[in-house]
Amino acid sequence: MTLPQLFFAYFALAMTTLSLLVVTRKNPVHSVMWMLVLFVHIASLYLFLNAEFLAAIQIIVYAGAVLVLFLFVIMMLNLRKEETVKKYQSQWPFSALTGVMLAAFLVLILGKITVLPSLGKYSIEAIKSEGSMMTIGKVLYTEYILPFEIASIVLLVAIIGAMVLAKKRME
Amino acid sequence: MFSIGVFGFLARRNLLIIFISIELMLNSVNISLVAFSHYLQSMRGQILVFFVITVAAAEAAIGLAILIAYYKNNPTIKVDEINILKG
Repeated sequence: MTLPQLFFAYFALAMTTLSLLVVTRKNPVHSVMWMLVLFVHIASLYLFLNAEFLAAIQIIVYAGAVLVLFLFVIMMLNLRKEETVKKYQSQWPFSALTGVMLAAFLVLILGKITVLPSLGKYSIEAIKSEGSMMTIGKVLYTEYILPFEIASIVLLVAIIGAMVLAKKRME
Repeated sequence: MFSIGVFGFLARRNLLIIFISIELMLNSVNISLVAFSHYLQSMRGQILVFFVITVAAAEAAIGLAILIAYYKNNPTIKVDEINILKG
């Protein structure tokens, strides 16, 4: 087994285990902590796949912002008493069955892929010569400028919506 | 990993864990997008992941805000007790 294969095997195993831990912990705070470890693993996997910018974004946005948001909400809701009750809904075996069948389906589909589209122009050497962020920026601001603007509007709507929904009512 | 996310989404009673499961699913899709864009030497996958992360952040903010607004009225976050819409 070569070194990259070894790395990938470790990451695949660790991420599967970590995501199982995330969905099965009883305490939401523990779930969020395992999620943090999982996100760091995902970011380092991005580094292996030549996506340095996305690795940084993953750490900043997910580990830095989204998980802190989750932690804040958990603390605001004050869930001491919820920890003792049973954690699954009554139909959870069917949910597990759905998950297993979906996994088998995905494996089957991935095995069937035979025709691959031709390779694009962004090979590792091309990205290395220009820098990862430079390449992403160029594509983002020329070819994908409209989706980029729409994404900014989505974020604005999210900010306003979150404030309106969560604020105290003024009487 | 996507399947585990689906399982968590369907099986847990805690609404917070359900939100976390959604993030899990989005992340698994992101990984596969980055991997394909690496092996196809294309930039599109990474751009798409960028937008997915944006939308996921917005979705988490809105979802948690709705959760807080709901919790103020009825203090529970178990999905099988959230039934005020039932006829």
